[in-house]
Amino acid sequence: MKLQQLSLFSENKPGHMIAPCRLLARAGLDIRALSLADTQRFGILRMIVSDWQRAKSLLEQAGSAVKVTEVVAVEVPDRPGGLAGVLDLFEGSQINIEYMYAFPFRRGERAVLIFRFDQPDAAIEVLQAAGISVLDSGALDEK
Amino acid sequence: MIPTKRTCLSAFHPVSAPDYVPAAQLRELQLSRLKSVVARAWERVPLYRNRMERHNLTPDDVRSLDDIAGLPFTVKADLRDTYPFGLFASPMEEIVRLHASSGTTGKPIVVAYTQPDVDVWTSVMVRSFAVCGLHQGDVIQNAYGYGLFTGGLGAHYGAEGLGATVIPISGGNTDRQLMVMRDFGVTAICCTPSYFLHMIDRAAELEIDLRELPLRVGVFGAEPWTSAMRERIEDLTAIQAFDIYGLSEIIGPGVAVECPCQDGLHIFEDHFYPEIVDPESGAVLGAGEEGELVLTTLSKQAMPMIRYRTRDITALLPGACPCGRSLRRMKRISRRSDDMLIIRGVNVFPSQVESALLEVEGTLPHYQIILTRSHGLDQMEVQVEVTSESFSDKIGALEQLNDTIADALEHVLGIRVEVTLVEPHTIQRSDGKAKRVIDRRLQP
Repeated sequence: MKLQQLSLFSENKPGHMIAPCRLLARAGLDIRALSLADTQRFGILRMIVSDWQRAKSLLEQAGSAVKVTEVVAVEVPDRPGGLAGVLDLFEGSQINIEYMYAFPFRRGERAVLIFRFDQPDAAIEVLQAAGISVLDSGALDEK
Repeated sequence: MIPTKRTCLSAFHPVSAPDYVPAAQLRELQLSRLKSVVARAWERVPLYRNRMERHNLTPDDVRSLDDIAGLPFTVKADLRDTYPFGLFASPMEEIVRLHASSGTTGKPIVVAYTQPDVDVWTSVMVRSFAVCGLHQGDVIQNAYGYGLFTGGLGAHYGAEGLGATVIPISGGNTDRQLMVMRDFGVTAICCTPSYFLHMIDRAAELEIDLRELPLRVGVFGAEPWTSAMRERIEDLTAIQAFDIYGLSEIIGPGVAVECPCQDGLHIFEDHFYPEIVDPESGAVLGAGEEGELVLTTLSKQAMPMIRYRTRDITALLPGACPCGRSLRRMKRISRRSDDMLIIRGVNVFPSQVESALLEVEGTLPHYQIILTRSHGLDQMEVQVEVTSESFSDKIGALEQLNDTIADALEHVLGIRVEVTLVEPHTIQRSDGKAKRVIDRRLQP
């Protein structure tokens, strides 16, 4: 249920995003989802790729600092209040959402969001108990 | 009444008489002072006595000035190892002043003065100002920092001793400096050369024409500077820019100063005996040969320094100076024989940066120190390569790493420096080793 997300450290300078993207393109690896968190001075490039182990070793060989993080892909109804309904589940729980970002495609009437929880397993239980669909990596390929 | 610009820079000043003592007489004075300072150090400071005994020496072995070459050296680590008062040769009740400068570890280096020491310091600063053509009636703006740093008070006592008017404005607040300079009819400025370059820039922004002011002399020191910087200062203003040299361990500013010939710095060698040695072997080098400056205080009471290794690289210039002074000259300091950096007057060693990084990260990451100058102030940036171990995919954790490193560096160095996390393998390596320091401060 959990997905392996790769995070790369990047200096906040022109041209620093393109090198890892080119590298993955040359290896025929697909970037399925991507988010860039940045401050004035540095950024973190977070990606979900088709073959994370291969991507990680290629990026590390190229000299990047790479971290693997477990994240959860959640289907959220694509209508007003859809996201709020999901977030409501975690209000008052001990589970903390560290960050989240949206997938670039929709599944029918639903949007897909990537969540980074501090306790992913507990979060998946909460979501499934509420009848919310949590996607595995195979489901992401069916876009 | 605003004073008008003076044209005569080098009128003979009565306090300058010792600068012109015939060489033979000067050597005689140096020898008698050397004998008494060595005896004092031997009698009162265990470190000196133990070292001399190890070399089978007693003060009686100093019979000529050449015998100084047989005495053991003193190094900065000796001040650190005997922190705080271990090298004092006077009881505390005779000590009237303490100053401190940073050492190679977290502990500063403490220096002490008796009243006669303060008087000697004042006299060499008075003579320094006189060499630069200053006298009673001059208005001296002292923008060296006042405090534990010797620059501010050293220049202050000298300016007062000269009978000039001193404005103890200390460093910083450039707009106020310029207002005071213009409104008070300042004729001379004391500060670091880089700070004065900043004042020049700011004056242009404020549309103050420094050439229209009575300002005619700058006494610049406390950091290395270049001929190009002097030319720039003298081109953009109507002042003559003089280089002054000193270090806390010896006395503070006033060890040596340029005369109007601006060809080397005259050492006040009736109080500070200079030698140039090979930094590797310690062998004494001849006139004109470049090496490390070694100084012996000839009249210091509270804290005599016998053959102190300054780590500054220079040469004693052969031949007489056209100004007529018999005091020998040394070349402008070009570099140091160790890796010490002077940043905003604070001594910094790359080893201190390494210890702080090691403490934070557990292993030593690749790092680089980049020194620049902005608005006349030294800026130090430490770039640290992020590793897979130190990297977190949370922004907050990375910012915290950044702050933790900055805090650890401030704790060790005593100054705040900028920390930048950079991507792995981005710091250039030559022969596999990263170049630790990039100094861009002297680039025009």
